[in-house]
Amino acid sequence: MMRFVLTCVLVLAALPLRAGVEIREVTSPGGITAWLVEEPSIPFVALEIRFRGGASLDAPGKRGAINLMTGLLEEGAGDLDARGFARAAESLAASFSYSAGDDTVSISARFLTENRDQALDLLRLSLVEPAFSQKAIDRVRGQVISGLRSDEKDPNAIAGRTFKALAFGDHPYGSPSNGTIESVSALTREDIVAAHKAALARDRLYVAAVGDITEAELGPMLDRLLGDLPETGAPMPGDAELSLEGGVEVVAFDTPQSVAHFGHAGIDRHDEDFFAAYVMNVILGGGGFESRLMTEVREKRGLTYGVYSYLAPKDRAALYLGSVASANDRIAEAISVIRDEWRRLAQEGVTQDELEKAKALLTGAYPLRFDGNGAIARIMVGMQMDDLPIDYIATRNDKVNAVTREDVNRVAAELLDPDGLHFVVVGKPEGL
Amino acid sequence: MRFLAGVATLVMAALPLRAEDMVTDFRLENGMQVVVIEDHRAPVVMHMVWYRAGAADETPGVSGVAHFLEHLLFKGTETLEPGEFSATVAANGGRDNAFTSYDYTAYFQRIAADRLELMMQMESDRMVNLQLDEKDILTERDVIIEERNQRVENSPAALMREQLDAAQYLNHRYGVPIIGWRHEMEALSLEDALAYYRQYYAPNNAILVVAGDVEPAAVRTFAETYYGVIPPNPELEPRVRPTEPPQTAARRMVFEDPRVAQPYLRRSYLAPERDAGDQETAAALTILAEILGGGTTSFLAEKLQFDAQLAVYTGAWYRGTSFDDTTFEFVVVPAEGVSLAEAEAAMDQAMKDFMADGVDPAQLERIKMQLRASQIYARDDVERLANRYGRALASGLTIEDVKAWPDVLQAVTEEDILRAAEAVLDLDTSVTGWLRAPQADAEVGQ
Repeated sequence: MMRFVLTCVLVLAALPLRAGVEIREVTSPGGITAWLVEEPSIPFVALEIRFRGGASLDAPGKRGAINLMTGLLEEGAGDLDARGFARAAESLAASFSYSAGDDTVSISARFLTENRDQALDLLRLSLVEPAFSQKAIDRVRGQVISGLRSDEKDPNAIAGRTFKALAFGDHPYGSPSNGTIESVSALTREDIVAAHKAALARDRLYVAAVGDITEAELGPMLDRLLGDLPETGAPMPGDAELSLEGGVEVVAFDTPQSVAHFGHAGIDRHDEDFFAAYVMNVILGGGGFESRLMTEVREKRGLTYGVYSYLAPKDRAALYLGSVASANDRIAEAISVIRDEWRRLAQEGVTQDELEKAKALLTGAYPLRFDGNGAIARIMVGMQMDDLPIDYIATRNDKVNAVTREDVNRVAAELLDPDGLHFVVVGKPEGL
Repeated sequence: MRFLAGVATLVMAALPLRAEDMVTDFRLENGMQVVVIEDHRAPVVMHMVWYRAGAADETPGVSGVAHFLEHLLFKGTETLEPGEFSATVAANGGRDNAFTSYDYTAYFQRIAADRLELMMQMESDRMVNLQLDEKDILTERDVIIEERNQRVENSPAALMREQLDAAQYLNHRYGVPIIGWRHEMEALSLEDALAYYRQYYAPNNAILVVAGDVEPAAVRTFAETYYGVIPPNPELEPRVRPTEPPQTAARRMVFEDPRVAQPYLRRSYLAPERDAGDQETAAALTILAEILGGGTTSFLAEKLQFDAQLAVYTGAWYRGTSFDDTTFEFVVVPAEGVSLAEAEAAMDQAMKDFMADGVDPAQLERIKMQLRASQIYARDDVERLANRYGRALASGLTIEDVKAWPDVLQAVTEEDILRAAEAVLDLDTSVTGWLRAPQADAEVGQ
């Protein structure tokens, strides 16, 4: 059994990616660029659209405007009210989803070949001619506020909000992108219209399409869909200054299990050590059941159901974050073990065996991500936003394999700061 | 809207390849059922073993043992060290996990297609060769208690849900949480876990689902080599569980917790599930749930969110894939300033209106159009197909039932829907729960 397993590890060669994966860059007559994978075997298209900037483009005092605006895109457009729009999408069996994050407004669409033009007309209406009727604003605002109200008493949301505020203060990264009850209550229709102009513009646009569509069809489609958006939007926000110091902050909340979010400064996506840091994190806390944190905190001590760490390279700041949840009388021990693991990796580095296993996991798992038209489109649009070359997919595993133990250990020593690690703990923790 | 008129009726005339056409099935001599779903677009495979055993098959007193055992299956066998199973999957570039429900427990690995044999070797090994000691089980019991803390104790919504399920099912194990009641979890023993394991983990109680870049003949060869040699468990009993007595009174509860910031109400009714060869009522209820609470265009959204603006959210669900009687449920989240009593009255009135008005034919056609299209979209998501088959087969349905389901749904008429609604949605046999903060602290939302 063992021997057989070892042999298998050794023969693991780079898997071929999806047989037909061939990304082409398409530029429309009007100058809009998209990445395309033609996949005619199933008669539908997955389309991913991104606008950089996202909720960080909220004007001062208007926190939550971009988020509310994004939620309103499907709530009426052109002559259609919210229900008319939804009925039209249902009739076509098309699905559109709209969301706003710290750095991005994202639109995911999927539609059938047989009614592609009608689906795209409808999607265009929502992006270019949203109605933002006062009725819809008030109704969706009520939904957002209901969510914000729930977040006020949700330990995870409290931890996230507190951590953001400590880390980034007044920068948009320092508060939840859906705003506060106060800020959202005060938003006017003018604010929503301004948020639309600020966030949805062609100078920050990224597009990827996968499915039953040709290069020749995609170009004109892009112009029709997105050509009427304004050329430019709001200026991008400045870099966020990280104002975190090591320590533990307890937010008292009467609940049986304490929730902790933790982190410190991370590493930029374009840093030449990014891959070494990425591999290191797989070993520390990002690799599932085998990571050191899972082994020490869960498997050996039974202190939690899950503990994770992850690199969070955002557009305007880079963080290294993690989370854990343990009963109030056990969270102190969990935190102590996490800090010890942080220190052990910074000081002692990783073993060659750990490195090889992490690489095998990363390189082997990479092809598994390409498991559907929507997934491939999301990967491609993400590559564009990360400014990666169009042939990145073919070279990515080589970059992982090129990471040496020396690289990982050097980056671990530089990046991991056990004393600088800040924990926000929500609950009634004992001994903290 | 106008430019769309007529679209729904003319599309899909020439239905392309259906998701069902990707499926092959057979049975091993020891009784293990095998389903192969082919998708050759990527060199990847999903390997799943589903046991026809879940939380509802537990013995009274050891609630949570099915899920506890699921965790313990990662602890090692006669030839694998604790944790080695997942470590081996990871070292081969794959991902693995497992899940437990009322009617099934399933284990899966997603991995490069050329590692399928290794996965079968390891999964068949732990079907019968599990090796546990007292220490494994104590640490892992702490883990599942932290899991319960995370999923349930920290969430008033989940705590309320447990109470509501317990009120819905007086006699059937669907009224006991899958993760277990805390006091019983704390006492789960090694022998409890092993007794469940010996009873239910056997090839004649399992379904193998392999989906992805595989050939059915190769799957059969591997399956015969690894699973086919395991003897069936002759002691396996037919799956007969206690049934619910007639409900003779509406049941109501108010769950109060200071951690509730947004009050809401849930309503549930006992409802028939999909049965082998008899899925028509379940199909009608599936579409009924879409009509009533399937999103922006649903009947309840129309009445409560758009017309009256009494709710910020409404929803209706029906989980037809279940071994025994299931539930049909509603949720209403009242708008600010609207009480739970007002919201409930509005929901009840809306349901009366629905029964009087009947089904909007345009809405029914839109729902059917989406169901037809989902046959196309399903072919892009082989994992979802794998789950669909595994869940159905573990819930008492046959391959033929799964394949027939899309047509059964398309055949549903307005009369079917109203008849099903009439039979199930009877206020005298309802269970209603309110979730809110204790009244003294209820400064918000009331």
